[in-house]
Amino acid sequence: MANEIIKGLSRTLREMGRKPTTVSYPEQHRSQPARYRGRHVLHRYENGLERCVGCFLCAGACPADAIYIEAEENSEAQRVSPGERFARVFDVNMLRCIFCGYCQQACPTGAITLEKEYELASLRPEDLIYHKEQLLEAVGEQHHGDNPATIGSNTAWQPQPPADPPLTIPQQRGTFDGQAASAAAVGQGNLIPDPSSPIQD
Amino acid sequence: MGLIDEPLRMNPWEPVQITTNTQTPRMPRNVENHSANILLTQVSKLVDWGRSQSLWPALFGLACCAIEMMAASASRFDIARFGAEVFRASPRQADLMIVAGRVSVKMAPVVRQIYDQMPDPKWVISMGACASCGGVFNNYAIVQGVDKIIPVDIFVPGCPPTPEMLLYGFNQLQEKIRQGLPNPPDPMRPTA
Repeated sequence: MANEIIKGLSRTLREMGRKPTTVSYPEQHRSQPARYRGRHVLHRYENGLERCVGCFLCAGACPADAIYIEAEENSEAQRVSPGERFARVFDVNMLRCIFCGYCQQACPTGAITLEKEYELASLRPEDLIYHKEQLLEAVGEQHHGDNPATIGSNTAWQPQPPADPPLTIPQQRGTFDGQAASAAAVGQGNLIPDPSSPIQD
Repeated sequence: MGLIDEPLRMNPWEPVQITTNTQTPRMPRNVENHSANILLTQVSKLVDWGRSQSLWPALFGLACCAIEMMAASASRFDIARFGAEVFRASPRQADLMIVAGRVSVKMAPVVRQIYDQMPDPKWVISMGACASCGGVFNNYAIVQGVDKIIPVDIFVPGCPPTPEMLLYGFNQLQEKIRQGLPNPPDPMRPTA
């Protein structure tokens, strides 16, 4: 009896000195992993022009159909983006969005990335349709150097290529149907056949 | 206009969803504060403060968002810090419904019945993309937004939302209760 009490209390005493695992959330934020995908941000170039050229690739890649764009032509008087067009309307329905990151993978100019912000809940669902004014970063806030606030998880997504990559197409030569042939010429790769090779049509 | 008395469409082959996904049709909701009585306002402030600190959620989860809801109640994020650690298995003892996951059309009457069995006052958090508007499942089997069958107080986006996102929505709900904002209209009981 006394033995069990001592055993139980020793457990209590051991745990008393430990740090609690709880992240006391509203005051203290947990550091997010590098690939965390939160709210979208539309980026600008260094000179303040918008990166988005209104190509609709992100809207096409979106599996949840959450991005709505209306593009407009740039004019000499009003130049918004360096391309032909710019997005006059860029709405992201955060309720539809599943934060998969396909839009930032599809974007050819790196205009849209998913950042670390996650405090998005709202009383009204129409507030969760984010418009271009809310998504676009302010002039002067754009990606400078390695400012982690605006890089997004793009760099974390792309696996860096190895320094000395192995050749993906087989290079060996051998005898095929009694004739010397390269591996590519007999269908083991899509190289152009060696002109000196006897197998040619 | 609710689901009950939908007007008979002239053309039966007309598509049911006429708007795009980016602009999901919603119930009209006017959130206004009708507090006139000075004495009762002070009492109701105290009552609302008490209610906001002891929200007991109903114990049910519909899909993968429920895993994050369980994580929010576990020790790392610890929803007990806000007085909501008691997930009641009986809806009679619960006053918060966290719709965690996609609601299929077959499950919709069950969700509605659980909501009806909860005593007033009661609140609903729509957790995640599927519960809020159908998410990627824009098809005939999934209810496109649980606010078409029950009045939803807080919408939490994410697929699934992290425990912090849920806790943020939960804190917003607490703030709403403390401010004494009324619940949105019930979509199944349309007011005339």
